[in-house]
Amino acid sequence: MTNQMLEPITEQTYYLNMGPQHPSTHGVLRLFLKLDGEYIVEADPIIGYGHRGHEKMAESHLYEQFLPNSSRMDYLSGLLFNHGYVAAVEKMAGIEVPPRAEYIRVICAELNRISSHLLWFGTYIMDLGGFTPFLYCFDDRENILDILDHVSGSRLTYSYCRFGGVAKDLDDEFISATRQFIERLRSRWDDYHNLVTKNVIFIHRAKDVGVINRELALRFGCTGPILRGAGVAYDIRKAEPYSVYPELDFEIPTGTAGDALDRYMVRLQEMEQSLRIVEQALDRLPDGPIKAAVPHKVRPPKGDYYFAVESARGALGFYIVSDGTSYPYRLKARVPSYGNLQVLTDVLPGTLVADTISILGSIDIVVPEVDR
Amino acid sequence: MSLEDLREELSKVVDATDIFPRDYQKDGCVLEIRADADKIEAVAEATRDADFFLECITGLDFTNGPQVIYHFNAFSNLSRVLVRVQLARNQSLPTISSIYDAAIWYEREVFDLFGIHFDNHPDLRRILLPEDADFHPLLKDFGKVHAFRSTEEIYDEPDA
Repeated sequence: MTNQMLEPITEQTYYLNMGPQHPSTHGVLRLFLKLDGEYIVEADPIIGYGHRGHEKMAESHLYEQFLPNSSRMDYLSGLLFNHGYVAAVEKMAGIEVPPRAEYIRVICAELNRISSHLLWFGTYIMDLGGFTPFLYCFDDRENILDILDHVSGSRLTYSYCRFGGVAKDLDDEFISATRQFIERLRSRWDDYHNLVTKNVIFIHRAKDVGVINRELALRFGCTGPILRGAGVAYDIRKAEPYSVYPELDFEIPTGTAGDALDRYMVRLQEMEQSLRIVEQALDRLPDGPIKAAVPHKVRPPKGDYYFAVESARGALGFYIVSDGTSYPYRLKARVPSYGNLQVLTDVLPGTLVADTISILGSIDIVVPEVDR
Repeated sequence: MSLEDLREELSKVVDATDIFPRDYQKDGCVLEIRADADKIEAVAEATRDADFFLECITGLDFTNGPQVIYHFNAFSNLSRVLVRVQLARNQSLPTISSIYDAAIWYEREVFDLFGIHFDNHPDLRRILLPEDADFHPLLKDFGKVHAFRSTEEIYDEPDA
């Protein structure tokens, strides 16, 4: 074979497809990038590869039949989606939930939030080239999966909530395992901070990278750790209190600059706050029934209802229109990653391709949730 | 800016009879506005000036024409505002993507799933479905649905 010299490149810009099969896009996301050398000129995230039509499915299924769908939108915080959907229908139908069930939901939901953040933490650092924290995180996360598996029967796509309560009561084994896990994770923070937070390579990759300030978040409707990283203490658990969150004491961690490092710090602190919530909820766990008596088929009255919860990625909303039958007329899931991903069209231009990995990782999207 | 100020601003844009207070505990919103298609830009400008963000845009399909629902919210407690635009079949409405960037994708989604056209949208492509799809799946005459109703069957007239 002869070596041929390439023709000199006359075009300044060129296009690069990042994804849909790329290890750092965490799902089938395709970024269509227009590049000038190493710099991004335009970014167009192309989504829909995992579109399953959950909203259409809802229109031909009973409210109960949609339960397993809810946790399959966001497979990393399935229980939070499950909780949001169940709570929305309960509000519509006026179902009272026993306090024990509410506490159980909050305990499991917060454990799920920690597991989601742990997975993000491990994969984000791995995207940046650090392999070790990934193994530590998955070790910790495995604990949560075992605990939740013990009570709900599934490791990822939990369908644990029921209208009016939960499927199964907590037992002593669950409680002792959870208390052990709280101790264990608390003893890990030093390791994590020594391994990652104080690591100069990590700081260089994350500091002042992908700045999303309040104004940008407002324009794109970003919520969750992105918004809190920009210094806005907006959390649905406080802004629109639901379940038993008003009875529990926790803080909303915020950042200042809104860069990738702030988002990292916010998520790490959120895990600590979630541990506090779980601990308090375990201490106060009341006795009583775990499920209210609910008719076999739920029939919410006519009208529309919007119910929001704080998922691991931001404000999740279920907008349900009921025609008075046991089938939803229309169910819309307002997913947090949708706005959080769209902001890339504004953040990426002007940055280096290498920073795309860091920015995308720090935003923590789950693509099946965007696609629904 | 508080909700009261927003309400005052909105009353300059739409008729006072089209603004309904709603009970958050009952349906998750504090205010509902019924706007005509040509008013939506002015409504969006008022909410933007009041420091609200666009939470989502939803399409609804009824026998008497589709509806587009806008949810606006602020980074403060209990302030969700619902804006309802009733359209005739095949009627288009102006885009608010120049006011809220988030609308670019939300409007693309409504176009994709409902076939509702947004005038002057900078980039009205399909977003969730493939480019060559020739259907709009969330319309009630597509696929399997339980019911196809008119708006009167679902909404009682809200008391002003």
